[in-house]
Amino acid sequence: MRENLHRFFRAARGAGVHVSPAESIDAMRAVKQVGFSDRAVLRDALLLTLAKSQDEKLALGDCFDLFFSQPEQRDDQPEAASDDDAAQDADRSPSSGAASEAGQGRPPEGLGPLAQMLLSQDRNAIAAAIASASGAASLSDIRYSTQRGIFSSRILDAMGLQRLRDDLDELTAANPPLAERLRAALDALREAVRDTVAQGLALYAREEAENLRNEILRNAPLARIERRQVAEMRTLIRQIARRLRERYSKPRKRQRRGHLDVRRTLRRNAAWGGVPFLTAWKRKHRDRPKIVALCDVSGSVAQVSDFFLLLIHSLHEVVDDVRSFAFSSHLIEVSEILEKKSPEEAMAEIMSKVGFGSSDYGSSLVDFEKEFMSTLTPQTTVIVLGDARSNNLDPRADILRRISERSKRLVWLNPEGRLAWGFGDSEMPRYATFCSVVRQCATAQQLERAVSDIVATYQ
Amino acid sequence: MADQKASTSIEAVESGLAAQGYIASRQIATAVYLSQQIEKPILVEGPAGVGKTELAKAIAAWRGMKMIRLQCYEGLDEAKALYEWKYAKQLLYTQILKDKLGEVLGGAQTLHAALNQLHDFGDVFFSKEFVEPRPLLQALEQPGGCVLLIDEIDKSDAEFESLLLEILSDFQVTIPELGTVSAITPPTVILTSNSERDLGDALKRRCLHLHIGFPEQRLEERIVESRVPGISQTLRRQMVGFIHEIRSLDLKKLPSVSETIDWARVLVLLQASELDTEIVKDTLNVLLKYEADIEAASPQVTTFIAKAARSNVFG
Repeated sequence: MRENLHRFFRAARGAGVHVSPAESIDAMRAVKQVGFSDRAVLRDALLLTLAKSQDEKLALGDCFDLFFSQPEQRDDQPEAASDDDAAQDADRSPSSGAASEAGQGRPPEGLGPLAQMLLSQDRNAIAAAIASASGAASLSDIRYSTQRGIFSSRILDAMGLQRLRDDLDELTAANPPLAERLRAALDALREAVRDTVAQGLALYAREEAENLRNEILRNAPLARIERRQVAEMRTLIRQIARRLRERYSKPRKRQRRGHLDVRRTLRRNAAWGGVPFLTAWKRKHRDRPKIVALCDVSGSVAQVSDFFLLLIHSLHEVVDDVRSFAFSSHLIEVSEILEKKSPEEAMAEIMSKVGFGSSDYGSSLVDFEKEFMSTLTPQTTVIVLGDARSNNLDPRADILRRISERSKRLVWLNPEGRLAWGFGDSEMPRYATFCSVVRQCATAQQLERAVSDIVATYQ
Repeated sequence: MADQKASTSIEAVESGLAAQGYIASRQIATAVYLSQQIEKPILVEGPAGVGKTELAKAIAAWRGMKMIRLQCYEGLDEAKALYEWKYAKQLLYTQILKDKLGEVLGGAQTLHAALNQLHDFGDVFFSKEFVEPRPLLQALEQPGGCVLLIDEIDKSDAEFESLLLEILSDFQVTIPELGTVSAITPPTVILTSNSERDLGDALKRRCLHLHIGFPEQRLEERIVESRVPGISQTLRRQMVGFIHEIRSLDLKKLPSVSETIDWARVLVLLQASELDTEIVKDTLNVLLKYEADIEAASPQVTTFIAKAARSNVFG
């Protein structure tokens, strides 16, 4: 049973529940207290000790139900014994029924145990045999869907497929109708094994597959994300935003009492001859973060800015003062659209208003200076996201200089690689002189680092 | 064998809490039982008003122990939760003793001897005399054990969580100047959270994680029965059924158990014998706390009452 519990922990990890060794020890202790006999109490005990959030509880509950719906593997019995059992079962019980059905005599002697079992159509014995064979093939090690074939054939081998093939060959010559029945039964068995493997995959493999997919996605260029991946990417970006929020939201809220301020304490208590009745404490002072984001949404970089705006706005809890602007040939403020609408709607609306045009940095900067220059304060971090390709129009770098002078920092995130900067119509070198930081920002990971750095400067 | 004992003890917890007027679901009873057996704190999460804090109170009342409550908030720190040096007292004593300083140092001939004497003197100032115990330290110092309720842990800062870790895993705390203070009797610790922010893994690791959601209909009926004794069975069924319908709506704040109880009290006061549209509309503000929610629910009231009444027939 202990073995079973360990397999359950593995399955739980597969279901995305983080089970550390220490947690599994707790769970073991808890299970020792409540015992195995009452499934419902066992379920509660495992959920209490292993799951650390409501989501995990749901996942683990499903996992529990799925796991304990499987017949238990007979790990404690030697392989041969269980086969013998099965063979005996096959000999004993329903062979008469099977025989009458097919109008045949008893299955001929001299067949392998698997063939016997299949012909006798004892469902319980077959299920038990599959379970013990999947134990032997260590199905719980399955990680990727591509491994399905391997595990299926391993399980079938463990059940004695080789012997069955020999039997089939013999029967085809000796008793063709029986061979036909056996073949049909084998097909059914294959199907059953495939189901078992699929269930195993669902139980044990989810986490690995998800991690792998996320890892790939994290490093994929944002601009070249395929349509079907966009939704996943959105989830990933939201995850990133959540992580950043967790990392940075707490210190902002803290108005922390620091050390005793000796000087102020003495001064305050001068009236009592320096006997300190009132204490004074040092406080730490922090800037309130303010971010102004300018996003290029012209055709070439639209998708990157899409994710970028999404990230910025998921970060609202960290940065309470964010204003976002979008531009391609002229610039508008989009803060309100982003706040009021769902991300999908908001992106669609922004794109329909200013998106997909050919970019004109010069005139967009003029728009910004005319209307919004006053939003900049010495606490503001300005983030520009764009490829700085201005179609050979006047870049108006002088406005960028004034923006930079009015704000705390000016960060430029460019989705193009450094190699491309300055070639063709890229004005990047000219803009870069006025920026505090210039970064390449083409993947989700780079995006996360960039935003993390920006928020961290306010800590 | 062990199973037999376990299931009866879980029932014992259930009936013990019930005697205090707390109707616990099986999960809750199992959690309380396990936390006792394997000496682990319980982290209770769930929406506001489902009885997280009540659970701690009920456990304390059931076991006849003192309950020490620590309400968390932003900026809560060591000094307010654990212990504080009585700075003013220390400084004041120094001032008063200033004149005595000559006497203390009187016998010393060399600087070294004087330092030694001062050293003993300094230790007095960082002794238990000058420690002001706050809830956490108080809880550890209870000789008969206690129930320590750390309420709304999600409102505190991340640093505060780290401070709790030592207490939660070993029931002890280290004061640099004094050494380690261990619990005489490990307290039963209940932490509550409304999931305002995600708690650290280290904290969650040390606790049994209990989620109390809205109770099932039967359970909620039993809760109402125990809390509002005067209510008739029909009305109880109807109102609980009605609340379950309301919870299916997309509202800002769903009514929780405490609102159910309030509403039951109000209905009893108004001497209602069964639900009707009139009385529900008049008292909807007991259940729903936002104007927008009330507006959203009002048109559905009649349908919901009908549904609740229908489910009675089968229930």
